[in-house]
Amino acid sequence: MSFLNKLNPRQSVIGILICIALMAVLPFVAHALGGTTWVRIIDMALLYIMLALGLNIVVGFAGLLDLGYIAFYAVGAYAAGMLASGHLTDNFAMIQQAFPDGMHFSYWLIIPVGALLAAIAGIMLGTPILKLRGDYLALVTLGFGEIIRIFMNNLGKDGFNLTNGPRGINGIESVSLAGHPLNRPLMIGDIQLNKEFLYYYLFLILVILSVIVCYRLQDSRLGRAWMALREDDIAAKAMGINVRNVKLAAFALGATFGGVAGTMFGAFQGFISPESFSFMESIVILTMVVLGGMGHIPGVILGAILLTLLPEFLRFTVEPLQQMVFGQLLIDTSILRQLILGLCMVLIMIFRPRGLWPRSEGGKKKVDDDSSQPAATATPSN
Amino acid sequence: MSALDLLFQQLINGLIKGSLYAMIALGYTMVYGILGIINFAHGEVFMIGAMVAMTMTTYLLTVGVSPVLALVCAILVAMMASMAVSLMVERFAYRPLRHAPRLAPLITAIGMSFILQALAMLVWGREHLTFPEVLPSTRINLFNNVGITQREIIIVIVSFVMMGGLFFLVNRTKLGRAMRATSENVNVTALMGVNPNRVIAATFMIGAALAAVAGTLFATNYGSKVHFYMGFIPGMKAFIAAVLGGIGNIPGALVGGLVLGLVESLGAGYISAEYEDVFAFVVLVVVLIFRPSGLLGQRVADRA
Repeated sequence: MSFLNKLNPRQSVIGILICIALMAVLPFVAHALGGTTWVRIIDMALLYIMLALGLNIVVGFAGLLDLGYIAFYAVGAYAAGMLASGHLTDNFAMIQQAFPDGMHFSYWLIIPVGALLAAIAGIMLGTPILKLRGDYLALVTLGFGEIIRIFMNNLGKDGFNLTNGPRGINGIESVSLAGHPLNRPLMIGDIQLNKEFLYYYLFLILVILSVIVCYRLQDSRLGRAWMALREDDIAAKAMGINVRNVKLAAFALGATFGGVAGTMFGAFQGFISPESFSFMESIVILTMVVLGGMGHIPGVILGAILLTLLPEFLRFTVEPLQQMVFGQLLIDTSILRQLILGLCMVLIMIFRPRGLWPRSEGGKKKVDDDSSQPAATATPSN
Repeated sequence: MSALDLLFQQLINGLIKGSLYAMIALGYTMVYGILGIINFAHGEVFMIGAMVAMTMTTYLLTVGVSPVLALVCAILVAMMASMAVSLMVERFAYRPLRHAPRLAPLITAIGMSFILQALAMLVWGREHLTFPEVLPSTRINLFNNVGITQREIIIVIVSFVMMGGLFFLVNRTKLGRAMRATSENVNVTALMGVNPNRVIAATFMIGAALAAVAGTLFATNYGSKVHFYMGFIPGMKAFIAAVLGGIGNIPGALVGGLVLGLVESLGAGYISAEYEDVFAFVVLVVVLIFRPSGLLGQRVADRA
C-alpha cells in the first residue's frame, strides 16, 4: 500500500496495528451506539466493499463498463443456496439418494465453487463481447444481468425446481469456523458475540484479503496491461498485449469477487431470492465505484461505505426532519435514496469525473485523463 | 387454434409491438446519429409521456370530454412534457460532457434515468396505475381464430403516420437537412451557419415526441402496466431494435423495430412466453457479433 511506503518500517507496523485495533473494536462501538442493526449495516457495508472492489477491476482497471455485475453476486449466492440448504435434496430424487442425510457441504468447498462458477459466468459474458467497446458493451452486460435474473425467476417450476423461482431459497446453512456455526452466539468469557459480530470478523478478513489481492493485481503485469487497455486499446495491442486474454481475465477476476461475496451473502442472510439481484443493485455498485474514484482502491472503499450508509443516514436524519417540518413523511426514504444516487452519478461525472478520492499520478508527470482518450467528437467516424 | 392460426396471430402481435418499438427506436437512433451516444434516459422519457397522458386522459374524462378527444389532447400534452424532460436531460446531462470520454455521458444518462424514475415515483407513487379505456377494444376476426382489435389497428396506423411524418421532416425540411448535415460533421455544419446546439436540442425533442406517442399508445393497449419502471424494458428493446436495424440509420430503426417485435412474438408463441425478454438480448448479442453495422447499416460500428 503506497501510503505506507512513505513511513519508516517501525511507523508503518504501528500504523497497521492501530488500524487493526480500531477495526476490531468497531462493531462494539456501533453496537453501543445503535444496537445490532448497526452492526448488521456494517456487515453489509463490508460485503458491498468486496463487490465494489470486484467491479473496480472491470470498470476501474480495465475500463469495461459492466452494468450487470450483480449477476455474479447472484451466481455466488445461488451456489451457496443450492449447496448449503435442503432445497436440492427436497426437489430432486436423484440428489436425495446421493445425499440421504442432506447436503451439508463445508463453506471451504462452497466458496471456491461459488467463485469458480462466477468466474465461468464472467468468461461466458466476456467471450461474445470481446470486440465491443463502451456503450454496446454496457448494454450487453445489462442484458446479461437481466437474463440471469429471468432464469432465477423461471427455473422454479414443479418438475425442475432449481431455484424455487421468485419465492427464493430458504434455510441456507451458516458458515462454521472451527466447528462453531457463526449464526450462534459465541461466549468469550463474559462477552457474548452474536451472529452479526462473528460475521463482521469473517467479512473483515475477506475484505482485507480482497484489498491485498487488488493491490497486488494493480501492480502486476496483468494490472498494468488492464490500465494500458483502459487508456488506449489500440496502443495496448501494438505494445504486444493480448487484448482478448487480458479482457477475459478482467471479467473472470471481477466476477470472482462477486461470487465470493455472493456465497457470503447467502450464508449471512440464510435466504436469497431474485429480488436481491435487480438492475438497481448493479447500478448502486457502479455508483460506488464512480463516486469513490474509478481505479483507485481507497476511493472505491470510501464510495462503498458512503453509499451503504446513505439510506441509514437518511432514515436517521431526513425522516425525523420531515416529520418535524411538515408533520408527515413527504418523500419516502427509498425514493430519496434513488434520487441522490442519480444526482451523484450526474454531478460527479460533470464536476469531478475522477471521483471523490481519485488516484494520484504518483510522481509521474501529470497526465490529463481526458486528453488520453479520443474525445467524443460529434461526428461518427466512417 | 391451428398451427397456421398461431403463426398469423403472433405475426399480428409482433407487428403491433414492433411498431411501438420502432417509434421509440427512432429516438435512440437519431441521437446516436448526431452525438454518437446512447441516450439511456430515453426509456424514461417514454415513461413520463405515458404517465402524463394517463393523468390528462383521466382528468379530461372526469370533466366529460369524449374519449377520443381526451386521448388526442392527452397525447399533445404528453408530447410537450416529454419534450421538456428530454430537453432538460440534454441540457444538464449531455451538453456539459460533449467532449468528455465516452463512458462519462453514459453514466450521467443512467443517473438521469434514475432521477426521472424517482421523480415519477414522487408524483405518481409506486403502484401500478390503470390507463382508462378510451379506444374501442372490439375484436375483428380476420379468419378462423386470427383477430386484431380496433385499438391495435389504430396503434399501428398512428405509429406509421408518425414515422412517415418524421421521414418527411428529416428528408424534406430545412431542419431535417440541418440534422443530416450535423450527423455528417458537426464542425463543418457549424461553419455553414447552422447552430449545432439547436439542432441537437431539436433532435432530442423530436425523439421525445415520438416516445411520448409510443408511451401513450403502449399504455392504452397494456392498460395496467403504467408505473414508474415501465420505461426500462421497452427502452432496452427499442435500443436493441435500433442496433438491429443499424444504429444511426432512420429506416433501420423502423425495420429493426418490426423484426424485433416479430422475433419476440414468435419466440413467445413457439418457445416460451416467460423468456420473452431473453430473446431480445440474444438478438442483440447475435447482431453485434455477426453484423455490428445492423441490417441496414452502412458504417461499421467501430466507435461502439
